Parts: sequence; structure tokens; C-alpha cells
Amino acid sequence: MTSSNKNIIEVNNLVTHYGDRQILNGIDFSVEKGEIRVIMGGSGSGKSTLLNHMLALLTPTSGSIVIDNVDVVNANRKTLLKLRQKMGVAFQGGALFSSMTVGENIKLPLQHHTKLDEHTIDIMTRLKLELMNLAGFEDLMPSELSGGMLKRAGLARAVIMDPKLLFFDEPSAGLDPVTAVELDELILKLRDAMNMTIIVVTHELESAFKIADRITVLFDGEIAITGTVDEIKNSKDVRIQNMINRRARDEHLDADEYIKRLTTGKN
Amino acid sequence: MLTVFMTKAKAKIEHLGDSGVDIVESSGRLGVFLFNTLSRLWMYRFPLEETIKQLLFIGARTVPLILISGLFTGMVIALQFYDTLIRFGSVDLLGAAVAMSLIRELGPVMAALMVIARVGSATCAEIGIMRNEQQFDALDCMAIDSYHYVMLPRLLAAIVSVPLLTAMFDTFGIGGGYIVGVLIHGVSDGAFLVGMADTIVWNDVWMGIVKSFLFGLVIMSVCLSKGFYLHIEQKQSGAVGVSQATTQAVVLSAVLMLFVDYIVSSLML
Repeated sequence: MTSSNKNIIEVNNLVTHYGDRQILNGIDFSVEKGEIRVIMGGSGSGKSTLLNHMLALLTPTSGSIVIDNVDVVNANRKTLLKLRQKMGVAFQGGALFSSMTVGENIKLPLQHHTKLDEHTIDIMTRLKLELMNLAGFEDLMPSELSGGMLKRAGLARAVIMDPKLLFFDEPSAGLDPVTAVELDELILKLRDAMNMTIIVVTHELESAFKIADRITVLFDGEIAITGTVDEIKNSKDVRIQNMINRRARDEHLDADEYIKRLTTGKN
Repeated sequence: MLTVFMTKAKAKIEHLGDSGVDIVESSGRLGVFLFNTLSRLWMYRFPLEETIKQLLFIGARTVPLILISGLFTGMVIALQFYDTLIRFGSVDLLGAAVAMSLIRELGPVMAALMVIARVGSATCAEIGIMRNEQQFDALDCMAIDSYHYVMLPRLLAAIVSVPLLTAMFDTFGIGGGYIVGVLIHGVSDGAFLVGMADTIVWNDVWMGIVKSFLFGLVIMSVCLSKGFYLHIEQKQSGAVGVSQATTQAVVLSAVLMLFVDYIVSSLML
């Protein structure tokens, strides 16, 4: 199976479950080369599940995921390893190894996948640290960094191999507004400087509107809309407007069902 | 009343079935984990640097604990044997009795228990926290094999370290026995040493080596797999999950170690 030349990611009819619970319900999704795509949605909407499936960390119930012409659902270990060398992932909490210094964490992919000498690897590590405004922090342990610094260090590790495709999970979560803006600018800088395709999973509206070329919004395991920032803002979908205007969901409450739920603990 | 009793009994039987399924699943996972880890020996280059780091943590840093516990274990065994043997006028056998019990049995078991206490629990907690903090997902995404990079060096270091630590435990235990028997209670040092040299045969030493090798394998594979499968096996996540996994790892590795001890003893005696 191959994706079209224009698209670097193609997800078709993706259905996933956690046990008996269905999480994604027939997702169709594609990302063009060089774009910044933001995936949004509330808690439990399935955005992190979609991300984990694109990273081939989970196996779907059905459907296909093609990334850079590789069918990641059916790919063997070797093909997947090759594909992953072209991908970078920045995890929500950084996911740095606590037993290593920041510098050792960042240079790890280079040490494993290239035959560069240690001096060149050190220079490349410092270059990425400079890019993330973390120059001079390479000898510190991850426990000595703040939340924002951890995310930037995680991002430095994700881009150390100059990947074609970068996934970023919740870049702004838990950060102060200034640090969040700095990270948004860093994402834009990375796309422009390194021509990366970037997938960002977030629930921060301001950040999404600033960085996205297109936004995909998920609700209850289905895609509600995919469009540019203006298209999202002008959407007539009540759920989208509720999200943009930070209005609570207007859920119809059946009195009998509510009493049953309270007394029996079952739906 | 009878209905209530029947319902409760049925629930208990069902629960028993669940526990049985859990045990079978857990054993299967342990087997798959061990196979996956050892298969990396011929799939990738030997992880020398990481193994040396782990040898330092599992082996070298456990030496002081092994020496102290070995010394006191030898001293207390010598004291007990002295008290028994003197009643039969066979105190000359003290060196042989101390050495035999240490080399065949107490040395491997006590050294393994010390490794479980110091290394096994710490390793399981470390691996569990790595799982909680998505560090294994990060390794997968960086195309770095977790079994090769994290698991194999720890397993190899344990397999190498435990027999060496056992040898040190035995040596210091015999030293402790000498102090109590010869220096404190006045047993003839010639009888102590010659009796020991005459009684201990190569098969006794070989049994200790086989046991300690297998103990290293069992302890580390249980502790690593309990941490690695934390997200599957533990009902609660976070700190509680890590704490439960660590407790289970310590208990299971100790019980399995004693089970292996019996099997090896019954095969080699």
C-alpha cells in the first residue's frame, strides 16, 4: 500500500478499542508533506490514541495507517525501525532517561544509528541545544530542569536525527504562557528551517491557532472537522463553537436514567 | 440464606479461576520476556558498555553488603555447629560442616537474597517508572530496541555477578567460621582447614556455581519483567502500581529462587 505523493500520512477507516470500549470509530485522516497539522479535541476524544497508532505503539482493531509509503500496521520490525529513524517524537513529559544527563539523552539516537565520531556527535548535540535555548545545560540531569526545559530537551532529542516527520504531544500543557509561546515559535522555526512535517496533539486553542496550517478536531472518536484556522473558527458545528468559546457541553439529562445511574452505578 | 452462601461460594470459585488465569498469563509473559531478551544476543552486537555499567551497579556496589552478611552468616553457622558438634565430640568436623553448608546451600541462597533486596527491588522500581514515564515508548520511537538496550545488559550482569558474589560470600563466611571456631572457641586450625579441604569435592563447588548462575537469571528476569509489564499486570497506575509491582517482584523472585534451589539440589545430590 502506498500513500499519494502529496500526503506523508494517510489513515483509512481506523477503528480501535481498549478492551470492549471503542475509542476511534472509522477515522479517515491525511497529512500533506511540509504542513503543521494540529489534532485537537477534549479529554477522551481519542487524539492521544490516534497519535499512538500513528507511532505504531498500538495495534488497531481494523483500518490502515500509511506513513511515508510504509503500512505501519502490517510492517515488519525491520521496516518499522527504518521508518522510525525518519520520525521524531516529543512526548508530553519529555520522557528523558533519568539516569542520563540531558546531553547523553539527546545524543542517544545519533550514537545508535550513525557512525559519527563522538566529537561530531557532541557538536550536533550542542547545535540542537542552542536551537532550543538550552545551551550549557547538557551536563545537568533531567531532574534539575523545569517543565518547559524538559519539553524543549525532549524536542531536541526528537529532532537530533533531522527527521522528515515530527510528532509533538501536548507542547503547551502545564507551561506558563511565555514558555508556551516560545515553544510555538520553536515549532514554526523547525518547520521553516528544516522543512519538517509536524503533527501536534494539543487542547490549547491559542497555540493551535498560532501554529496550525490545518486543524483536525476529534469528538468521541470521530473527526468532527478538518480545516484551516479560519474554517474552524467559522464552523457552524455547535461542538466546535462550544470548544472555541469555552462553553460547557449542553447534555440532555434523562431524569429516570440519572436516578438509575446513581442507585445502581450502571448506565 | 442458602442462596447467599451459594452466591458467595460461586464468587470465590470464579475468583480462583481469575487468579489461575492471571498466573498462567504472567508465566507466559515471563517466558516471552526471557526469550525476547536472550534472542537479542544474536540479533544485535554485544552491549558491552551497558553491561559493564550494570556490572558496577549489580556486582561491585553489592560487594560490601555481601562481605558483611557473609561474615556474620559464617560466624553464626560456626557457633551453631560448634554447639552441636561438641556434644558428640566431633568438633574437628567444624570446618567441613561450615564450608559444606555455605558452598552448597547457604552461600548461593543468602547471596541471592541480598541481590534481591538491594538490586532486584531497585531494578523493578526503575523499570516500572520508565514504563510510567513513557521512556520505553520513547525508545521504540527512536528505533532503539528496549530488550537490547535496557534488559539484556542487566540480565547478563546479574548472571555474571551473582556467582561471583556467591564466591565472595562463601569465602567471607568460611572466614567468619574460622574466627568463631578457631580464634574464639579454640578449635585446632589444622583440623578446621584440613577437614574442610578433605571434605569439599568439586561437585559441591559446581552445585554452588550452577545454583547461583540460575538464581541470577531467575531474579533479574522476574524483576525486569514485573517492571516492564507494569501497564498490563497492575490494576493501578502511578506510584501505587510501581510499589505493587516491586513487592510482587521481590516475593516472586525469592520464591522461584528457592524452588530452583530445591530442583537443582535434588538433581545434583
